[in-house]
Amino acid sequence: MQPRWEHFHHEADVGVRGIGATKDDAFAQAALALTAVVTEPGGVLAREAVDVRCEAPDDELLLAEWLNAVIYEMSTRGMVFGRFDVAIDDGRLRARAFGEPLDAGRHRPAVEPKGATYTALRVVRDGDAWIAQTVVDV
Amino acid sequence: MDPARLVRRSDTAWEIAPRGAMRVPAVIYASEALIRAMDDKVAEQAVNVAALPGIVGASYAMPDAHWGYGFPIGGVAAFDAARGGVVSAGGVGFDISCGVRCLHTGVTRGEVVAVQRRLADALFERIPAGMGRTGEIRLSAHDMDAMLAGGARWAVARGWGGAADLERIEERGAIAHAQPHRVSEQARRRQRDEMGTLGSGNHYLEVQEVVEVHDPGIADAYGLAQGAIVVMIHCGSRGLGHQIGTEFLRRMAIAAPSFGIHLPDRELACAPIASELGADYLGAMRAAINCALANRQILTHLVREVFADVLPQARLPLLYDVSHNTCKVERHVVDGRVRDLHVHRKGATRAFGPGHPDLPADLRAAGQPVLIGGSMGTGSYVLAGTLSSEAQAFSSACHGAGRAMSRQQALKRWSGRRVVDDLAARGILVRSPSQRGVAEEAPGAYKDVEAVVDAAEAAGLARKVARTAPLVCIKG
Repeated sequence: MQPRWEHFHHEADVGVRGIGATKDDAFAQAALALTAVVTEPGGVLAREAVDVRCEAPDDELLLAEWLNAVIYEMSTRGMVFGRFDVAIDDGRLRARAFGEPLDAGRHRPAVEPKGATYTALRVVRDGDAWIAQTVVDV
Repeated sequence: MDPARLVRRSDTAWEIAPRGAMRVPAVIYASEALIRAMDDKVAEQAVNVAALPGIVGASYAMPDAHWGYGFPIGGVAAFDAARGGVVSAGGVGFDISCGVRCLHTGVTRGEVVAVQRRLADALFERIPAGMGRTGEIRLSAHDMDAMLAGGARWAVARGWGGAADLERIEERGAIAHAQPHRVSEQARRRQRDEMGTLGSGNHYLEVQEVVEVHDPGIADAYGLAQGAIVVMIHCGSRGLGHQIGTEFLRRMAIAAPSFGIHLPDRELACAPIASELGADYLGAMRAAINCALANRQILTHLVREVFADVLPQARLPLLYDVSHNTCKVERHVVDGRVRDLHVHRKGATRAFGPGHPDLPADLRAAGQPVLIGGSMGTGSYVLAGTLSSEAQAFSSACHGAGRAMSRQQALKRWSGRRVVDDLAARGILVRSPSQRGVAEEAPGAYKDVEAVVDAAEAAGLARKVARTAPLVCIKG
């Protein structure tokens, strides 16, 4: 299956959802959905790579931890990311995020994510697909 | 929400009696029309909050309540430490001490309109707004600690404002018992470039005109009159608060079972006030409150600089500064007994009534100014705290209009350019780095703020004093 991301409805904030054949892919796609809260992921050039590590006691907390780690890198490096390679092993996530410094003129950022919440937080296998989703506070 | 799910106590009070794990009732203050427009999730979340340990009175939702995370946005809940009460990172939210401040200007509409474009451009140039815009202030580790302990008092001591400002800020500009040493390096790192920035999303800075006075007596006490020009600033604790919220949400969610706390929703993550984790959060969260107060004080200084250039005759004393995402220790009378409670307000404004000892002497008779942000097109309100609000919801009121639709729905319906042009045709100049951000914040994406404040007044939570309408909007 083709990995993909989408946004889902939340009254005040934005739901991000990643879908893929593996949990790794679903997490990577969820991070792309996070980027899409800010800017079109296709418009982000892979000029720099940033390594991210995190861990958590279960898959759902790991997803929140992962998205919060990406938010932290976006915030402190002033970057946006357009591609993520993710590998999850026994509650530990290792990832490389590819992106570039935020360019307000080109990326036209819509809104800044504050943090990944635990609302509508789910990491589940549904048939052939893994789904990883939560609501991001903006 | 179907009103039939609720027991109607009055025209504007709706109750869900305790059932299941609920320790207290859930009470929603709203008109029937607002209840019908409200998401079912508000009731679900208010019910979940009612089940948390040590909750006192009821789990309340304000008229602008909407589906939040954990607590409803527009939620108020008080906890008693002596009865196993909790403090909840989810009950404060990510944008700790987000709030609104209102400045007088002393100039007239005519004076503003004569330089409106120049004023809008100068404010947009001077106020860092939107994602990626950094401030000019870089703090050393020592200065960061001083800021986190001193809030707006620290900012005033640095020359960004005057002592008179502090009288008009909740906690006189700095909340006590902030503990900077409990703030992580990551949270400090996120704040490094963000002192004196507005942020994005629903944050804004507006030049507004008082277009309607509802209570001339209180308006006079507040220094407001028909046609007066004010500046409203809506923003919070920026990256530092967001990071503290993130870190403690995780720690509390993981630790909750060890305290014997069952969380129906992990977002309700909390810890006993009397635990080390609870103390850790309170110390860090109060530091974030001070960060927000310092941030709004610095923005105030920047606004004053712009006015000094563009409208040098203006004087910009502070009317008041309120925070609407907080947990504060307050003294309330419950069942005839005085108790010190940890009152969480998430998307709700403290609204002390006349005579409250925490109010500055010159506002004490009128009651606390309660500043309500509307949308870019509809305007905002200044309300006043009432005596009745104490019994209704621990002296709390609404905080804004509340969204009527999601950002995705708004994007499908409006273009940013069109929103800016439509508002310009109505004499409202919008400046924003993001057209998409403007579309997501389109006036039509928000509920009718008038309906919200009418319900707040009818419920006795606050009293309408004046309505303002924007002339200039700087949108992050």
